[in-house]
Amino acid sequence: MHEYSIVQALIDQCETLAVTNKATLITKVVVKIGQYSGVEPHLLETAFETFKEKTICENAEFIMNIQPLVIVCSDCQTTSVLDQPHYVCPVCQSLDIRVIEGEDMILMSLEMEE
Amino acid sequence: MCKDCGCSLTDHHHHHGHEDHHHHSHAHHHETLHANPQLNDPKTISVITKILDKNDQEAIHNRAHFDDHSVLAINMMSSPGSGKTALLEKMADIASFKFGVIEGDLETSRDADRIRAKGIPAYQIQTGSACHLDAFMVHRALHELPIADLEVCFIENVGNLVCPASYDVGAHLNIVLVSVPEGEDKIEKYPVMFRTADLILITKCDLLPHFDFNISSAKEAARKLKPSADILEISTKDDESILKVIRWIEFKKSMRN
Repeated sequence: MHEYSIVQALIDQCETLAVTNKATLITKVVVKIGQYSGVEPHLLETAFETFKEKTICENAEFIMNIQPLVIVCSDCQTTSVLDQPHYVCPVCQSLDIRVIEGEDMILMSLEMEE
Repeated sequence: MCKDCGCSLTDHHHHHGHEDHHHHSHAHHHETLHANPQLNDPKTISVITKILDKNDQEAIHNRAHFDDHSVLAINMMSSPGSGKTALLEKMADIASFKFGVIEGDLETSRDADRIRAKGIPAYQIQTGSACHLDAFMVHRALHELPIADLEVCFIENVGNLVCPASYDVGAHLNIVLVSVPEGEDKIEKYPVMFRTADLILITKCDLLPHFDFNISSAKEAARKLKPSADILEISTKDDESILKVIRWIEFKKSMRN
């Protein structure tokens, strides 16, 4: 249940950005959650709804985009979406691949009011 | 100067020396963000920063601190009871490198007491209800260890196959353990954790005759997740198997000196 810690970090980030941008209210929080980032989206949403109270995100809508695993093969240069965590190029079977999406949790954008 | 601890790292270190797995570009959180010109609503700002960015910055700081003292830091992760502390106790008996241990548990200092009883410096972090260690907790702990005297520092994470995988604590390497009684299916069930592993240890191998643990399918599952992972079968009843772990650590250490 580290989703609560993650939401805490997210709300802290929102508060800092609100100050930097002189906003008094955040109305929308858009995040990208990698399918293999180790976080359960449903729990993350519940944690956000619980923790946003009495913070700058109190009235914020929480938009979560789930990002599948995307790799680039260093041998055949193909970009592939993997539906299973089997880290191999599905085209040429090379193991020399680079993960470009799907393992991170990223705050993408904020909508705010002054 | 590090504002938290006064250790002699300048701010410079905080934002450089990214390890290669931190290659993602992200806007730094302290920079003023500009309105995205592609969006009509001027109140929408594009951020694109990792949610755990602050933790990751602290982890980089921890790693720099370990580097300054030529200490190899190893994050040990597994479910509770798979033998992390027992392995450390055994290494205390037969390893020739000097090591210290940062222990993470929700409650009690039992693990640190066990390690200290072997004459090894240990510091216990009690996380309360937190199910993982983060880079900030490890930072506080590493100032409690005689780091200048150490060659290796183990960070024994909270027993949990889920949450610790999301947090970079500032170690150089990850060792993930799975014990024979747990079953080999744990590797496929917890892919994010086993994906982080540089070394996977199959522990309690002396119990293999009593359990249906298929070593070859465990290895196959692990290498689908992490083709480069090293895998060793160990038992604390078999010194030779523990010496293999010690030699792996010594080899990794020699490659960083």
